[in-house]
Amino acid sequence: MADFISPGWSYYIAIVTIVSILFCVWLALSMAKSRHTAGSAGTTTGHVWDGDLQEYNNPLPRWWLGLFLITCVFAFVYLLLYPGLGAFPGLLNWSQIGQYERERARVDEVIEPLFAKYLAQDVPAVAADPQARAMGERLYLTYCVQCHGSDARGSRGFPNLTDNDWLWGGEPEQIKTTIREGRTGLMPPMAAAVGSSDDVQNLANYVLSLSGGGADAARAALGRDKFAVCATCHGPEGKGNHALGAPDLTDRLWLHGGGLNAIVDAINNGRTNQMPAFGEMLGEGKLHVLTAYIWSLSNRPAEAGR
Amino acid sequence: MSTPKLQQKPAPGSEVELALYEIRNKVYPRAVTGVFARWRWALVWFTQLLFYGLPWLTWGDRPMVLFDLEARRFFLFGLVLYPQDFIYLTGLLVISALSLFLVTAVAGRVWCGYACPQTVYTEIFMWVERRVEGDRMARMKLDKAPMSAKKLARKATKHALWVAIALWTGITFVGYFTPIRELLAQIASFSTGPWQTFWILFYGFATWGNAGFMREQVCKYMCPYARFQGVMFDRDTLTVTYDYKRGEPRGSRPKKADPAALGLGDCIDCTLCVQVCPTGIDIRDGLQIECIDCSACIDACDQVMDKMNYPRGLIRYTTENALEQGYGREGIVKRLRRPRVLIYAAILATVATALFGHLLTSAPLKVDVLPDRTLGRIVEDGLIENTYRLQLMNSAETPRRFVVSVSGIESIFVTGASKFEVEPTGTRLVPVTVRTHPGMGEPGSNRIVFKVQAEDDPSVSVDATSTYFVPR
Repeated sequence: MADFISPGWSYYIAIVTIVSILFCVWLALSMAKSRHTAGSAGTTTGHVWDGDLQEYNNPLPRWWLGLFLITCVFAFVYLLLYPGLGAFPGLLNWSQIGQYERERARVDEVIEPLFAKYLAQDVPAVAADPQARAMGERLYLTYCVQCHGSDARGSRGFPNLTDNDWLWGGEPEQIKTTIREGRTGLMPPMAAAVGSSDDVQNLANYVLSLSGGGADAARAALGRDKFAVCATCHGPEGKGNHALGAPDLTDRLWLHGGGLNAIVDAINNGRTNQMPAFGEMLGEGKLHVLTAYIWSLSNRPAEAGR
Repeated sequence: MSTPKLQQKPAPGSEVELALYEIRNKVYPRAVTGVFARWRWALVWFTQLLFYGLPWLTWGDRPMVLFDLEARRFFLFGLVLYPQDFIYLTGLLVISALSLFLVTAVAGRVWCGYACPQTVYTEIFMWVERRVEGDRMARMKLDKAPMSAKKLARKATKHALWVAIALWTGITFVGYFTPIRELLAQIASFSTGPWQTFWILFYGFATWGNAGFMREQVCKYMCPYARFQGVMFDRDTLTVTYDYKRGEPRGSRPKKADPAALGLGDCIDCTLCVQVCPTGIDIRDGLQIECIDCSACIDACDQVMDKMNYPRGLIRYTTENALEQGYGREGIVKRLRRPRVLIYAAILATVATALFGHLLTSAPLKVDVLPDRTLGRIVEDGLIENTYRLQLMNSAETPRRFVVSVSGIESIFVTGASKFEVEPTGTRLVPVTVRTHPGMGEPGSNRIVFKVQAEDDPSVSVDATSTYFVPR
């Protein structure tokens, strides 16, 4: 919350507030009696509108005045205890952030033992617990569903989490690192290193042939030697490299679309794919349970419909 | 009195001071019996039996009426209402408002005089006060007397009874939100939650304060209804009226005398109508903002008329037009067919029919479709796939198994799990995967319809629309 640039505004607010309340009190008390000459209009306010329209000045009940004065006293007490008079924080030192932090601390106190229980177990053990899986699903629906889909099967550019095929490794620790720190998958444009556009076509066909994708056999044979450039990241047999997030080129899973054109495009223009880091948002407890849930999606039969 | 009365006439031209905050003159209504008093007490019994009794009734193994705020379910007899059903509450409020307008247009402030909780509780508390302290004169005398052991005993007894009734009212009120047997057990073991404690005490305090002390001050100063009655009345509204044509000029006379011969009207100026009035007005001054149409004055006057052998009805329910033009019941009934009444009645009937019709015929099932943000993906064999989350809300009190199917594109089908069980009054968010064959549907957005049907009862079925994305 931005504070005022100059302390003058704080005084201005405080003074206007206090003076207003005092004015209201004075107004209520000063109207306690009305003077008028006997035999005249009597209990009217004395004003006449439109020729003959007058208004009674009927008394208010005294309890009304009492209640009003109570509210004024309440206002003063409130402004003493809570912030309201400019930048004066109030005797209780209340703040929105303070209240938020107190509420979070209260919740953390309650859920701490629950997560502590799971933190003491390893990921497969947590994944075997139905209650933990249900928690993991709810965490997933909050944090992951926007990119990976509510059935966790992703779409173009967003990996499928249920197929046990991992870019950065599917061991529990590797999954946890992915979630905690995020990942940036970077394939640089390789056209310059490969050669001419014809060379690129040949290489693309060779890559396609690795997964049995109906490549032109002649071109594939020509492109085979060029694969050395790719092997630095994708491995000598194109099986991928979890340390670099380089995909396995020999399977039929294409994150950015399959087919010759997509492969040519990848070689020419490279690929950048990023997953945000969730570690700070989640904390270790939720991270552990969520990791177990994601791991369970690829490591046990899917629980679809009871 | 709402207009201040000067104790003695001051000399004309001299300065006069008026207090603009008046100390209230306590009203000591005299006890009254009669036709309308019986009607009022009948309504007191009816409304209070309902209020105090409903929390005790059960429906199966749960209370018949329970507003479970924590679980976010309202149980009303056989109905289970979800937060999504709030529109019915809106409808109920609209119906209440329209009913009020209609009844007021026809019969004036009958709500105030017969059914309003303020009136009802004031009646109950005044009854207690009468039993403990005596009728009007006795109460006035007791209040004027200096404090003594007897006075203290009387007042203490009265307040003890009042507090007991108020606390029981507070407990009953909270009993609509926490099952009342459970609540009483909590009270007995001093283990009520903070909110229950607060509301029992606050509602009890409000009852004791409003019915014991504030009474007519609520009607005169706090309640907005009093203030806009002027807008809702017209010249054909039935209201408690003093027949000034018959009654004036007023004055006392010997019982056997002929009033016409003396040049007097029927009113003998006994002031009983003023003494019985709970708001302390004189109905003979005409229609006033304080009058709550309780008809105590009618009962009082009728009894006096009986004693004088005059016909009843010097104060009676009639309309301004009827009084001025001199017609009676048939004329008043004929005037019911006027635009104001007919229009209110028509709108009320429409809204009520729509509300209750919908409420009673809708299936105990609600469905929300949440399409996934990751739109259409292409899977094996070129099939297109979209995923959704369906929020299934089973508002019946038995568990149900639902079957999800889809239509809207040729040969569209649900793949994977399509049968889901939902617990009673529960909700469940389930993933549903839908596929189409390549070439079917328009590229881009297509409108589809999910049908969710109960396996055991095909009549329980809801159609929910959504969109299906075919990648270009």
